[in-house]
Amino acid sequence: MTATTSTTELAANRRDIRPGRIIAWTLLLIGGFIMITPLLYMFSTSLKTSAQVYDLKLIPVAPTLDNYFKVLNDGRFMQWFFNSTFIALTVTASNVFFDSLVGYTLAKFQFRGRYFIFLAILSTLMIPTEMLVIPWYLMSSQLGWLNSYWGIMFPGMMTAFGTFLMKQFFEGVPNDFLEAARVDGLNEFTIWWKIAMPMVVPAISALAIFTFLGNWTAFFWPLIVTTSKELYTLPVGISSFSAEASIQWELIMTGAAIGTIPTLLVFLVLQRYIVRGVMLAGLKG
Amino acid sequence: MASIELLGLIKEYGKTRAVHGIDLKIEDGEFVVFVGPSGCGKSTTLRMIAGLEDISGGKLLIGDEVVNQREPKQRNIAMVFQNYAIYPHMTVGQNIGFGLYTSKLSKAEKQQRIAETGKILGLEKLLDRRPAALSGGQRQRVAIGRAMVRDPVAFLFDEPLSNLDAQLRSQMRMEIKSLHRRLGTTIVYVTHDQVEAMTMADKIVVMRDGHILQVGTPTDLYENPQDVFTARFIGSPSMNMIGGSVAGGALHIEGAQIEALPLPAHQGEVLVGIRPHDLVVTEQTGGAGLSATGTVEAVEPLGAETLVHVTVGNTPVIATAPGRVVPAIGSTLAIRAEPGSLYLFDAKTETALGRA
Repeated sequence: MTATTSTTELAANRRDIRPGRIIAWTLLLIGGFIMITPLLYMFSTSLKTSAQVYDLKLIPVAPTLDNYFKVLNDGRFMQWFFNSTFIALTVTASNVFFDSLVGYTLAKFQFRGRYFIFLAILSTLMIPTEMLVIPWYLMSSQLGWLNSYWGIMFPGMMTAFGTFLMKQFFEGVPNDFLEAARVDGLNEFTIWWKIAMPMVVPAISALAIFTFLGNWTAFFWPLIVTTSKELYTLPVGISSFSAEASIQWELIMTGAAIGTIPTLLVFLVLQRYIVRGVMLAGLKG
Repeated sequence: MASIELLGLIKEYGKTRAVHGIDLKIEDGEFVVFVGPSGCGKSTTLRMIAGLEDISGGKLLIGDEVVNQREPKQRNIAMVFQNYAIYPHMTVGQNIGFGLYTSKLSKAEKQQRIAETGKILGLEKLLDRRPAALSGGQRQRVAIGRAMVRDPVAFLFDEPLSNLDAQLRSQMRMEIKSLHRRLGTTIVYVTHDQVEAMTMADKIVVMRDGHILQVGTPTDLYENPQDVFTARFIGSPSMNMIGGSVAGGALHIEGAQIEALPLPAHQGEVLVGIRPHDLVVTEQTGGAGLSATGTVEAVEPLGAETLVHVTVGNTPVIATAPGRVVPAIGSTLAIRAEPGSLYLFDAKTETALGRA
């Protein structure tokens, strides 16, 4: 019995050290190193003084938290942090609500023009943001939305990607559940909210995370649509450190380091949903 | 409780007609089973009764009211689905209570109803569990509980036992039947399994290609099938069908001897139906009725009896032998059927001509 077990284990180990596996691990390690290095330098620089910034040692000679106190005591930084939080949460809530509602409708209701509408929504994915910025700006200008939260948020309140993602997931919800609820007397909105939505929680989580991260790190459009510093989002505000007299890399890196905390938290709390959501999105797609 | 009446009920999908104007009266408190092969229109008919499919023509009455245009919730019926359709994110208690979502009962009354329903179905200790922690039979009971809790005028069951294993299916059949006896509510039940239909129904409706072929009690359908399809569909194993002809007041079947059989008035080609249980392996040859000899092609020992596949003339048939008798494959043996156990059908129209 023991002999059999050890033979099996040996065979398993031999399988584990196949050359393909070694190459895969090496590539993953290199990729991981490339990705983590900037992050490490960001945290490292945030602990350095302005004189040490160009010293490329990863571990600072005399680490200091002064930059953190400086940034956190700057009222503008907290305002930008609030702006980013408010905008990212609002846009995320809006996406979860509207993308799901439209995705559900396209997946579960038969009506004339359904495919045309779906294709029309999908086709917007082909247009790059750079092309949309000018019409967005003109529209915002004419409607008086420049320099406002709404101006920053409106282009992302509903997305084609989110609608597509949710539609794919809702198609996997068996109709029997919805019909059972219909027979039980629920109206269509309640069926969506009470029955269908809880069944696509992984998709909702994935959508929420992607939307939150996308809006938290958004730079281009908030930079264009805002001129008042009070309305800057965190990335735009942080970049303004470089626009003043000199580039204050240590403050930029400190702001960026603080800015990554919410995204890290979101990821740590919801990572199992992200992985599951991405996997399922792959399966469905 | 209420009766359900279908008057010329039609369902069309585009230009395709799935249900061809069927008429049926389901009495108050009756247990009616729609049975037929896949695509015969039985589930579509049930879904029209539920209000989940639009009615293309005809009238549907629940009680004495035409309900064609009413939403499912306005019909006060409850439905149990093949896939249970119990919500995975809710506990058993919440699932059962969901049937009362739109009810105006107080919270305490709802809780009481849930507890009572749980007790009736033997789920009282599982009310806090999630469906994932339940067996197939328990899940089906939860689905029935959700239907029961509302006290509807009728229950609709859409192949509710199809996902269960054979043993559990048999147990659930009896449970549903005794539930019906206890509640007395009208039940419309759809299945493709004739055993379910035979064991549960007060009345069976046999459907094929969107038409009702025959309506009757299980015994009626078994003893007096109106056509070849019903004759073969009801009863297990299926009724044997052997080609023959009636001429000059005598029945002729290739490879078989017929003696002293009173025949219905008919001339020409016929199909002769014999249930496997009426066609027995015997040592006696000749005598009144049908007798034949044939080669054994296969045997299926079932314990209490043995099914013997024999070829008579060129037609394969199934006969029965006592459980202890297992004939050798390739051997020749005699089979016979008593007078009165032969069903004659017109070979062209496949309609019943009578017994012989």
